[in-house]
Amino acid sequence: MTTPTKVPTGAPTETASTAEGRIGDSPLRPDGVLKVTGEFAYSSDLWMDDMIWGATLRSPHPHARIVSVDIGAALATPGVCAVLTADDIPGRNAVGLEHDDQPVLAERVVRYQGEPVALVAADHPEIARQAVKKIVVDYQVLPAVTDGRQALDPSAPKVHEHGNLVRHFKIRKGDPAPSAPVVVSLDFEVGMQDQAFLGPESGLAVPAEDGGVDLYVATQWLHVDQRQVCQALGLPPERVRLSLAGVGGAFGGREDLSMHVHACLLALHTGKPVKMVYNREESFFGHVHRHPADLRYEFGAEADGTLVYGKVEIIFDGGAYASSTGAVVANGATMGLGPYRIPHVRVDCYGVYTNNPPCGAMRGFGCVQAAFAHEALMDELADRLGLDRVTIRQRNGMREGDENITGQRIDSAAPVAELLQIVRDMELPPSASEQRDLRDLPGGVANSTHGEGVVRGVGYAVTYKNVGFSEGFDDFSTARVRLEITGGEPVATVHTAAAEVGQGLITVEQQICRTELGVERVVVHPKDTQVGSGGSTSASRQTYVTGGAVKAACEAVRQRVLDRAAATIGVAANTLRLDGAKIVAESGDVVAALADVLGGDAVEETVEWRHRPTQRVDPETGQGDAHVQYAFSAHRAVVDVDVELGLVKVVALDTAQDVGKAINPDAVMGQIQGGSAQGMGLALMEEILVRDGKILNPSFTDYLIPTILDMPPMKIEILEYADPHAPYGLRGVGEPPTISSGPAVAAAIRQASGKALRRVPIRPEHITAS
Amino acid sequence: MDFLQPRSWAEALEAKAAHPDAVPIAGGTDVMVELNFDVRRPPALLDLTRVEELTEWSMDEGQVRLGAGVTYARVITELGRELPGLAMASRTVGSPQIRNRGTVGGNLGAASPAGDSHPALLAAEAQVELASLSGTRTMPVSDFYTGVKRNALEPDELIAAILITPPSGPQQFCKIGTRNAMVIAVSAFGLALHPDRRAVGTGIGSAAPTPRRAREAEQFLAQALDEDGLWDSRRDLPAGLAHDFGARVRAAAAPIDDVRGTAAYRLHSLAVMARRALTWAWDDYQKAA
Repeated sequence: MTTPTKVPTGAPTETASTAEGRIGDSPLRPDGVLKVTGEFAYSSDLWMDDMIWGATLRSPHPHARIVSVDIGAALATPGVCAVLTADDIPGRNAVGLEHDDQPVLAERVVRYQGEPVALVAADHPEIARQAVKKIVVDYQVLPAVTDGRQALDPSAPKVHEHGNLVRHFKIRKGDPAPSAPVVVSLDFEVGMQDQAFLGPESGLAVPAEDGGVDLYVATQWLHVDQRQVCQALGLPPERVRLSLAGVGGAFGGREDLSMHVHACLLALHTGKPVKMVYNREESFFGHVHRHPADLRYEFGAEADGTLVYGKVEIIFDGGAYASSTGAVVANGATMGLGPYRIPHVRVDCYGVYTNNPPCGAMRGFGCVQAAFAHEALMDELADRLGLDRVTIRQRNGMREGDENITGQRIDSAAPVAELLQIVRDMELPPSASEQRDLRDLPGGVANSTHGEGVVRGVGYAVTYKNVGFSEGFDDFSTARVRLEITGGEPVATVHTAAAEVGQGLITVEQQICRTELGVERVVVHPKDTQVGSGGSTSASRQTYVTGGAVKAACEAVRQRVLDRAAATIGVAANTLRLDGAKIVAESGDVVAALADVLGGDAVEETVEWRHRPTQRVDPETGQGDAHVQYAFSAHRAVVDVDVELGLVKVVALDTAQDVGKAINPDAVMGQIQGGSAQGMGLALMEEILVRDGKILNPSFTDYLIPTILDMPPMKIEILEYADPHAPYGLRGVGEPPTISSGPAVAAAIRQASGKALRRVPIRPEHITAS
Repeated sequence: MDFLQPRSWAEALEAKAAHPDAVPIAGGTDVMVELNFDVRRPPALLDLTRVEELTEWSMDEGQVRLGAGVTYARVITELGRELPGLAMASRTVGSPQIRNRGTVGGNLGAASPAGDSHPALLAAEAQVELASLSGTRTMPVSDFYTGVKRNALEPDELIAAILITPPSGPQQFCKIGTRNAMVIAVSAFGLALHPDRRAVGTGIGSAAPTPRRAREAEQFLAQALDEDGLWDSRRDLPAGLAHDFGARVRAAAAPIDDVRGTAAYRLHSLAVMARRALTWAWDDYQKAA
């Protein structure tokens, strides 16, 4: 294999660790101290002395025809090395996660504000940015469709020639025309949330001697990037090598390509390493967002609250390109009625193209939007029947062995009632009148209340989330594990392409190697495409799938070591076990030293590991075993609302979650805290405001995310009901907290304010509106 | 871009006279944001952080003379008694890092209608001291704001100091933001009771093209307190007075809809803040008796 002649500074190196820590422990993360002290090298820190800088010209219009592009003045700018347009793409000018519908650079037409049109490389980033402004594009503005429901109207402008429908997912279960004694319904609207990762899109492309390119980039799935980059460059995978650079958060926003192909095009064109770093404003145009959703829900129930039917229509606004809209639609549909037993179901879930910013993956992936609606409707139903809001959820909550709305049997723990009971039974925070510090009141030190108008509310929500890729997708991960003696000690090296995006996967890989091989020293090879795909760091799947692959590779290595020892000693391999540096017999006697068995050899195994297959569902009924695993969580939010000013202080956001097995309890807590904060953010403040297809607030001045004074300390209770089908019994952790936290907060605000509040984020003027 | 770095106030004034288009920079919490977003490209920056004279405050003929370069953090820790309204406003500015860098003079220089210090300065009836090589002039802060992000500075002038009379009565400051910290004001209100003069000061932020006083509300309240002899008696406020005051503050505003809030909400919130601020201030006044 070709290796790059030069490696940039800031590219990740091997992560060696001799820390203690097997599964179930919480060893210190190798990146922790570096990040806290500011020494961690993110992708924006990549550097080569001879590198030049790339910049992107983006469309100012949501929909326009490109009449002409004049690059003359830009190209003539001193210091500019290249100016490229769609004409300069050697391969296919079409990429995408599910559909290749997105041009690398716009050709003839732009379909959203911010769509890349041309590229500049220059020897200084400022020169590149100035040259971008000298490119003259003649646009003929076209009518734009900027509303998801309007996009389905046959008379709406077409975003793509094949129309505006990305996917329509139908679920038809039970009686097609069910009735029930009690019927409740509501419409709900969810605004466009952003992942708001702190490390902007960035990377460095280095041209290689073989005519290929080495790309160092912050991403969530190296191999799916590689496929698309190869396609656009017209190069085979062996000449497009990707390495993971330091990732400053992802949350789904790095599943799609950003600057990947652009930097490679400029590098191959100029023969020089090209670095690209978006600034904060460009970042808001440089990645997909969470789909805004328009939801219409109806539940029918018996007088005791038992659900009879659910009728749902959801429209996800996918923006200008498909990205992962199809899979989001599937999640919104299949998970869209929450973790409840409902015999009769009709769901129509649509993903549509509009000329709004493209939307795609974000933590919670289609379940987040639906949960706001089904949890609001469960409260509505409880209130209508005079039932307790927790009791009605417990009464309808899924249990192991139940069938969900796609007819799939839940074949491991489904502790909906228990999770709700746990959060209900947690101690409540002190009442508002006992709070004296301004920071504990709505508005904080802004001094807008000393208690006037403050009303407390409590809200509950529960969710379940599919883990891993679904609908028959071949979801696998590859792990290469090597065991050898170095300096007299056994050392394991683990190599996967699975992206560490800050969640702690590197530590988990080390913990699994220590557990399976009994070694202390575990080296984690930098993440790159020199090993098979690790799959996506998304869908709460990496500890499950890459963890499973590392476990399997360790088992294969261990088996070979024991086979070799058994042959030497003359016993059956299945009577031996590996315990660190020793081979131990059934009697407990040490029968050989690992060093003697291995000598100077390394034992290496590469394993491709798959979870149980899932099924494509029936296209007319949506029935089938679409998902491999479900993870459950519940939240209780306690809020103080200044009902006169519409300001909110979340005073408690407590949760219980079944994680199957906490491989790294500290990391599990971190995921739950962060995920809960992100869900709360959508309930309270996080929204990209789009008007007529244009983003109004592309900055952290006006796209607000919660601060430490918005996020309360959390009580967290972890359940560990093993999933017998998963490695170590674990369940994915990262997404459920993002799904159930927001609806609990919204419910608490509804209770405090007495307002219906059928839209999130809930703004102050929604609460004070008469 | 030229970078001018005077070491003294005299040098600073000379530099500004020689480079009237230079943009003064103190903490940089506004200027650097605009540069980073490429909103402006001034031909020169005039760095005032090395001018020691600007970073001091003093008591001068019964007034606080607050150097334009004094940070919010120092206002909070050193001037809570002398400038209570401004200290309350300063607590709401950005993050600790921003409060350590940002200055009251910089807030005036930027003259954003959303600047946190303005309502407190207006309510306290602060004066702004402007200087150039040709001399020094002083004006009420309410005359200093001339338009959206525009002020009364001549091209050769710099803000030297803010002059504020210590309070003879209670002061309050309230602000609305859509999160509980690190937020730009959706609306803000400053109130100062001046029992020595039997007067009331107010300041409205983020609800008009410039920060402004609610003069009619001030006169209404001062007169009501006078007529009932409340300045002396310190009895409870008559029912409805705080509400009426709030309504008059609201009437003084002229807000717009923008990404941070609607005009209707800004008006509503001002009325509520003014009512509450008066209630708290009067409570303080009664307790101080």
